[in-house]
Amino acid sequence: MEPVRYHVLHETRYDYGSTISLSQQQLHLSPRFLPWQQIVEQRIDIEPAPTWRRDGQDAFGNPVTWISFHAPHDHLCIRSTMNIAVLPHLPDAAMLAESMPWEAVRERLAYDSSAPEAEDLDAVRFLFESPHVRVKHELADYAADCFPPGTPVLVGAKKLMSKIFDEFEFDPEATTVSTPVLEVLENKRGVCQDFAHLMIACLRALGLSARYVSGYLLTRPPPGKPRLIGADASHAWVSVYAPGSTDNWVDFDPTNNLLPDTEHITLAIGRDFTDISPLRGIILGGGGAEPEVAVTVVPLDEEEMPAGLLAVPVVDKAEA
Amino acid sequence: MARTLLAIYPHSARRYDEMLKADGAVRPHWQRFFDHLDSVSPEEMRRRLDFADRRIQENGVTYNVYADPNGADRPWALDPLPLIIPPDEWAQVSAAVAQRATLLNAILADLYGEKTLLAEGLLPPALVYGQHGYLWPSQGIKPPGGIWLHHYAVDLARAPNGRWWVIADRTQAPSGAGYALENRLVVSRVFPEMFRDLHVQHLADFFRDHQDGLTALAPVEGDEQPHIVLLTPGPYNETYFEHAYLSRYLGFPLVEGQDLTVRGDSVYLKTLRGLKRVHVILRRQDDDYCDPLELRGDSALGIPGLLNVARAGRVVIANALGSGMLASSALMGFLPAICRHLLGEKLAMPSVGTWWCGEKPALDYVKENFDDLVIKPAYPTQRMEPVFGHELEGEAREEMLRRIEARPHAYVAQEMVNLAQAPTWSRAHERRLIARPVGLRAYAVVNADGGYSVMPGGLARVAQGAGARIISMQRGGASKDTWVLTDGPVSEFTLLKPSIGVRDLVRSGANLSSRVVENLFWLGRYSERFDNSARLLRVALARLVDVGGEKTPAVASVLELAERLKVLPTPEEDSPPSEGGEHVLLEAIYDPAQPGSLAANIRSLMWSASHVRERLSLDHWHSLNRLQREQQAAQKTHPTLTEAIAFLDRVLLVSSSLNGFAMDNMTRDDGWRFLIIGRRLERLSFFARSIASFLRMESTRGPGCLEWLLELADSIITYRSRYSRFPELLPVLDLLVFDESNPHGVMFQASVLGRYLERMTRELGADDDPGLSKAIERLRNFSLEPFENMQFNQCVSCLPCEELALLLDQLDAAAGCLSDALGMRYFTHVGDVSRQTMAL
Repeated sequence: MEPVRYHVLHETRYDYGSTISLSQQQLHLSPRFLPWQQIVEQRIDIEPAPTWRRDGQDAFGNPVTWISFHAPHDHLCIRSTMNIAVLPHLPDAAMLAESMPWEAVRERLAYDSSAPEAEDLDAVRFLFESPHVRVKHELADYAADCFPPGTPVLVGAKKLMSKIFDEFEFDPEATTVSTPVLEVLENKRGVCQDFAHLMIACLRALGLSARYVSGYLLTRPPPGKPRLIGADASHAWVSVYAPGSTDNWVDFDPTNNLLPDTEHITLAIGRDFTDISPLRGIILGGGGAEPEVAVTVVPLDEEEMPAGLLAVPVVDKAEA
Repeated sequence: MARTLLAIYPHSARRYDEMLKADGAVRPHWQRFFDHLDSVSPEEMRRRLDFADRRIQENGVTYNVYADPNGADRPWALDPLPLIIPPDEWAQVSAAVAQRATLLNAILADLYGEKTLLAEGLLPPALVYGQHGYLWPSQGIKPPGGIWLHHYAVDLARAPNGRWWVIADRTQAPSGAGYALENRLVVSRVFPEMFRDLHVQHLADFFRDHQDGLTALAPVEGDEQPHIVLLTPGPYNETYFEHAYLSRYLGFPLVEGQDLTVRGDSVYLKTLRGLKRVHVILRRQDDDYCDPLELRGDSALGIPGLLNVARAGRVVIANALGSGMLASSALMGFLPAICRHLLGEKLAMPSVGTWWCGEKPALDYVKENFDDLVIKPAYPTQRMEPVFGHELEGEAREEMLRRIEARPHAYVAQEMVNLAQAPTWSRAHERRLIARPVGLRAYAVVNADGGYSVMPGGLARVAQGAGARIISMQRGGASKDTWVLTDGPVSEFTLLKPSIGVRDLVRSGANLSSRVVENLFWLGRYSERFDNSARLLRVALARLVDVGGEKTPAVASVLELAERLKVLPTPEEDSPPSEGGEHVLLEAIYDPAQPGSLAANIRSLMWSASHVRERLSLDHWHSLNRLQREQQAAQKTHPTLTEAIAFLDRVLLVSSSLNGFAMDNMTRDDGWRFLIIGRRLERLSFFARSIASFLRMESTRGPGCLEWLLELADSIITYRSRYSRFPELLPVLDLLVFDESNPHGVMFQASVLGRYLERMTRELGADDDPGLSKAIERLRNFSLEPFENMQFNQCVSCLPCEELALLLDQLDAAAGCLSDALGMRYFTHVGDVSRQTMAL
């Protein structure tokens, strides 16, 4: 099957309102390598130019960039662009149905004083609580009806995804980055991050490994309307450990109730949002610190490129 | 005689006794000390105990207890009798502690590196990945020398059979070594002959090994001198005393997170003269608070970017970030196998029996033997007090069991330990020993050879109650010095400096952090403010007592000035005029809740002094502490006016000794200069306002007012020697405002300030005089002629008085602007708080 090619633009802009004397930022904006994802081209442009920069890899194998600014500045613009090809990797119904019973996965992940299998050792990194994922019995209770005894782990995960999709309402006003999972469970509202954290928390509460995936999702403009620049947003979904399946991990998108395939582009994976927040920083000084973020995902085979997508310059406000 | 000492001392078959054998005979290594105690007269012993108490209070050895509603510092509790350990026994303990430090260091290197312990199944992943204390960003870091654990403490207890066991490991930022040192200084003076005759090993070699170990690891470039700092979370931390104490003793500057800044691959100390690279950070701050960029983003205490400096290998962080996780007691059961795997040795000292509930067989055991166990959190970051199984009944017991069932990996159970007992000196009974449960915290540091040196001694702690199972300073326990005896000669090496040395206050000008300079500036301002308010109150009280409480014009005018300067509260509009003002004056002296009162000023002075505690001489701590205690005591006893005057006399004596110390004993570096600038600014402002008010107030036209003004400015003797007559306005104004040789005069302050500012402009290359020199110039050009032949007692808001008052106002305003400008240019931008930003 043919890969689907995309051009992605992810632009973040801060106007601080007054002068920042010192700023340090950590960027999780470069896509990671995956068996089904080829990075054709990728670059990050930063304005003003940082005083210092280091590129490396984090503890989960994601590319990470650290930059710092030692000279006074009043704005920051970070523009990440990439050309990327995603290969089809949708698991078929048989793969879900034939996945290992969830209790067996739980057993494999539990400690028994013997040397664990390499893939299990890799997976236990995503088994425990993390800053945004508290593991409480309420969460196991919520997921219990999706996981009757003997249920294949991926069948249970798919049921849980659908249950969250059916019972929760997408509501950007209801939560913030720091809303606790239990509060989301109670109010039944939130955004993709909240649903991903909630699903991860449920799975971990059952003794299963689940990771947080950040990335982009292709959206379709309304029929007859052109694609708008910056109309998209970064997205988040869940990856579930199922030893024996292709790649041992299968993705689920509880926000859209579907299994990601060629329309999801992966940036990074972590235990939760904290590990891989796209842009995290510490600044000294300044007034406002609310960023403007614009994401555009364009399939490269689309007949018409939206006007100006590749030509959007990074403009210094003072000059504009 | 001995029977008296032991009259109420209990024997216990269930505990090991440090002093007595099972048959009741004194152990050989205790015999001489016991005989000595027996021979000291009660009076002599009381004298020594008083000495110990005084030392502790005056040195300001305190232990902040977070839960204390008053937030007050609580004096450190010390029992004068040492815990004595014979040489052969110590050799074993010491070797075991060093081995454990080596082992824990190897575990950290493995868990943040190759993770063979997880791959081999020697450690459950839950105890690593399941801990908040496991810092993921530290993965892959290779600290200089491969050392993760630079200083380590371990809590030991003795089983009834006399064997030592490990109760807890302290790997985050172990505290107590400084208290052990302070205990030694006190106890060795309480029992000087015994200390000498018993051949007690000294502690100084251990601290020198600590210095040398850190120095050897410092990643210096070229001929750089290793720059080592001690990072403290600040004066609100429970062990801040110790941070300041060790900083002084080890010679490492005490810094807070905001004093350090990361630029690229290096971390620097912000100093008055620019950024100075730091090679080693001895941290007393928890690791997850150290870098808000990658760790806890809500931490205002951290140094953003520090992890990147560690990645580059350009700083030693002692202990390395991520070390705190090993304090988990759940690890203990796995250590014997890990020790064989990593070191190829048998673990020398056993840990107390520990069951991690995350393993099914252990969980079953815990449920079956619940009554014999203590339940504790598995991870050091969990907030939970230990719970004794046998104390839980009914619903509480069910609830605890349910919690363990729900999250078994978060709990451990430990065997209950019958702690050994040691003799302590009874304060309630004359010449009686009592027994208290005792535990020992031992210390190890990495030395210059990359091995571990163990402190010959440690912090022994005794519980408050005879039957206690937990010893905690937070719960009101006390500490003891630990005497490790040696058969060989005692090392005489010492790191101690004499208690007052010129270099004690400000050690070296070049590396003064901006924050320290700022605190010295405020110390200068507050010490002057404290002096001024005491002087003004004494002037008022002395007059009131002289006239037997009657409100003469002179008394009324002083009180009015005190109100205008806010030393006394401003009276409410419709309240009746107070009778004599006695009560108000006493409140202005003793009540710290009243803003502007002397007590409030003492508090501010103590606060600013506490921020530069490591730079103040011990003698000044003693006198400041004494004043505050006296003020606190007086609040309860309602002192008379005469007692209050005597108190004010003592305040002024302390103030003048502080001042004299600054003039005589401090090196003339930038820190000193800012201290003096602070003093001069405050005094300038006080007298400019006092004299301007004096000129404007109608009440000052009465008899006796010029006298009190002279007294306020401490200038009465000078005046009399020059004019030998009753005070008149013109010469008084000349002396108090214009005479540049009078150290209490306005012009004197102004011209000294001018000189310092000029010098700073020259040396630090900054020029920000916000109008002070202009204000000085205008005052200098003011003509005193209109005051000639003026009848001050008859003038009311006359032009010359108002003109001079106006010039003094301008000078006061210029002083205020100068203070702000200095803050902006030289001090840490405390107003500029680091903030976290986050974008999706």
